[in-house]
Amino acid sequence: MAFIEIRDLTVEFTRIAEDGSEVPGTRAIDGISLDIEQGSFVSVTGMNGSGKSTLAKCLNGLLLPTSGNVSVDGMNTRDDDKLWDIRSRVGMVFQNPDNQIVSSIVEDDVAFGPENLGIPPLEIRKRVDEALKQVGMYEHRLKGAHMLSGGQKQRVAIAGAIAMRPECIVFDEPTAMLDPMGREAVMKMILELNAEGITTILITHFMNEAAQADRIIVMQKGRILADGAPSEIFMTAEDMAAELKRIKDR
Amino acid sequence: MSIEVKNLKYTYNPGMPGETLALDDVSFEVHDGETIGIIGHTGSGKSTLLQHLNGLIRPDSGEVWVDGQCITDKSAKLVDVRRKVGLVFQYPEYQLFEETVAKDIAFGPKNTGIAEDQMEKRVRAAMSIVGLDYDEIAESSPFELSGGQKRRVAIAGVVAMRPSVLILDEPTAGLDPAAHDEVLAMIETINASMNMIVIFVSHNMADVARLSDRVLVMDKGKIAMQGTPREVFSHEDELSSMGLGVPPVRDILKKIKEAVPGFESDALTTDEAAEDIRKYFGLK
Amino acid sequence: MIRDITLGQYYPGNSVIHRLDARTKIIATLLYIIELFIVNNFWGFLIAGAALAAVIALSRVPARFIFRGLTAVFLIIAFTVILNLFMVDGRVLWQWKFLKITYEGIWRAAFMGVRLVLLIIGTSMMTLTTKPVELTDGLEKLMSPLNKIGVPSHEIALMMTIALRFIPTLMEETDKIIKAQQARGADFESGNLFQRAAKLIPILIPLFISSFRIAQELALAMEARCYHGGKGRTRMNEIHFHRGDAIAAVLMVIYLAVIIASRFITFNPF
Repeated sequence: MAFIEIRDLTVEFTRIAEDGSEVPGTRAIDGISLDIEQGSFVSVTGMNGSGKSTLAKCLNGLLLPTSGNVSVDGMNTRDDDKLWDIRSRVGMVFQNPDNQIVSSIVEDDVAFGPENLGIPPLEIRKRVDEALKQVGMYEHRLKGAHMLSGGQKQRVAIAGAIAMRPECIVFDEPTAMLDPMGREAVMKMILELNAEGITTILITHFMNEAAQADRIIVMQKGRILADGAPSEIFMTAEDMAAELKRIKDR
Repeated sequence: MSIEVKNLKYTYNPGMPGETLALDDVSFEVHDGETIGIIGHTGSGKSTLLQHLNGLIRPDSGEVWVDGQCITDKSAKLVDVRRKVGLVFQYPEYQLFEETVAKDIAFGPKNTGIAEDQMEKRVRAAMSIVGLDYDEIAESSPFELSGGQKRRVAIAGVVAMRPSVLILDEPTAGLDPAAHDEVLAMIETINASMNMIVIFVSHNMADVARLSDRVLVMDKGKIAMQGTPREVFSHEDELSSMGLGVPPVRDILKKIKEAVPGFESDALTTDEAAEDIRKYFGLK
Repeated sequence: MIRDITLGQYYPGNSVIHRLDARTKIIATLLYIIELFIVNNFWGFLIAGAALAAVIALSRVPARFIFRGLTAVFLIIAFTVILNLFMVDGRVLWQWKFLKITYEGIWRAAFMGVRLVLLIIGTSMMTLTTKPVELTDGLEKLMSPLNKIGVPSHEIALMMTIALRFIPTLMEETDKIIKAQQARGADFESGNLFQRAAKLIPILIPLFISSFRIAQELALAMEARCYHGGKGRTRMNEIHFHRGDAIAAVLMVIYLAVIIASRFITFNPF
């Protein structure tokens, strides 16, 4: 059994018309099935509106399927009793660094998740310190969140996810609003976490980021357009150089 | 039409704990019809510089001359300055506020005193330049549009003021690749069809290489380097010491040069690189 | 300017004041405010000022940092002082057309000015020395007896946490929107009061939309981090009363008595 199993997933958004009636809206995800293995690094790419962010929100039950099923470690996201268990195993980091930090002080924000899980205070302290050290923000733990750069805020958000000790983290365009330095720091973090065995799902429209995964899923109009190893989807610079050398030598 | 910036100096929070010298003796000139790319890592003073060019910030010392008028002079009328120099901020779609696209675009021209009967013509022209269909979306709410469309509506709102200089702060930030390309093409159109000076800030070196006639490199509030994209990007080591890169196509060309001795290319854009490769390897 | 506002900001430290239980500091601040209104002469302010100075010294928060908060509300203070200066009838010292300054006016303006400055510095001492989370935890605990009559103390405390967190964000956002509209030729400085109010629409609408977007995204992020109300939630730093809080309580009672006594000092050098 795969860690995350997606079967015939369809998500439709209904719109409320001005007279208050429900209008069937767009189909954001159109019948996709996928298995994501424990410990793998999968990137999902596609244009805006391809359904990639909708897919991300289905993985921890933030959105529920219109039809089909998503299960995490055998638990169906439709099962209300399992929802908090699923969310504690599948952490999530969002695009906007500002709008996912709840508390003014860095360490208090990182503690937010574990506090919701009802973990004892001393254990929370330990987890928060470890998480902040891991993302290199420990020395900033007492700073106000609004004093940090975008890249630093995003690392605090990652620490907030790690402190819940998840098995999997879904990154929903985590670098889209960062400058190149912030982007690099966040990508480095993501690779390190995956190397430690955390199942990693990265939603991105930067191809150089997508190419660092073990597997790339390309989405278009709610469907899977391509799914394979980076070498099957892209040609690397090395491949291209080798290919051209072959042409030259011919 | 030209811009002359002379010895600009500006300090944030003077006398406070957070005191920083944001601009340190910055001077440069921009000539008629040029497109200037400004690069520099976060905090190098780029955004502060842009805000000096249309009078949103007044320098501690130094002057900015636009079209023979000194806009840093106390007697300069700011409405005139802002009509002359259009500034598009980062994520400009966050400033949209009107019920319809047409009304939002008309906000700028209305503030500068354009007559009501001229307005539709203005708005139509601005929308066509940024590649939006007037008949299709002029009456829609700007909040129902896609991200790329919103961005273009916001840019049209500044273009409609018919400035002689258009300044854009990271015009492609946060857009997906398709919308990104559309915005780049739009900037080229604006520069070519209206003969506007375009000054833009970007972290994307491929964009800078594609659009700019000249590149200014900012570092710690100073202009560290300036020249054509080819000149600037040939200083790869210096740029990297400032935390800046070169267009990614350079990396691919480097790998090819290593694999195939004899192949030469100093292309900066993918189109140029493809052309060089085709020629050298005799491909179609 | 916007970054100068210290209201709601925290100054990290480990002084005796920092270590006091948030509930002690909230009650002390409330008492202090009430006492400022009990005071009826400058002797009382002298005592309040001395107490405040002692607290500032103990907290080790640099005075520069505290006074920076005052510059941000300078306008409000100036407005109060000027209003009192010209509006009080009495022995006229200076007159020009309908404007007049009276002996009583000067006294009153100085009195109100001092009261306001002491009020602002005093309350900012609470936020400067208490982490926002401790402050809201303290409020939640103080309000928890009210749960029985249906007051949602956890939700109110969480709302305050989020408000404190997003004040700086929204201020920056406002600054950006104002500049963006100015770049489109908007003029916020001329016109009468009504015209000026109408001109705020291009700022207020984008600001509302931003706030809604923040709220929506934040709600998702909180859900993703397993937020499901106050039930079963634990705290990283549980707040507890210590010996320091008992000492603080005794000092507060003494201070209250002194302030009340100060009302009866009749010697007035002014």
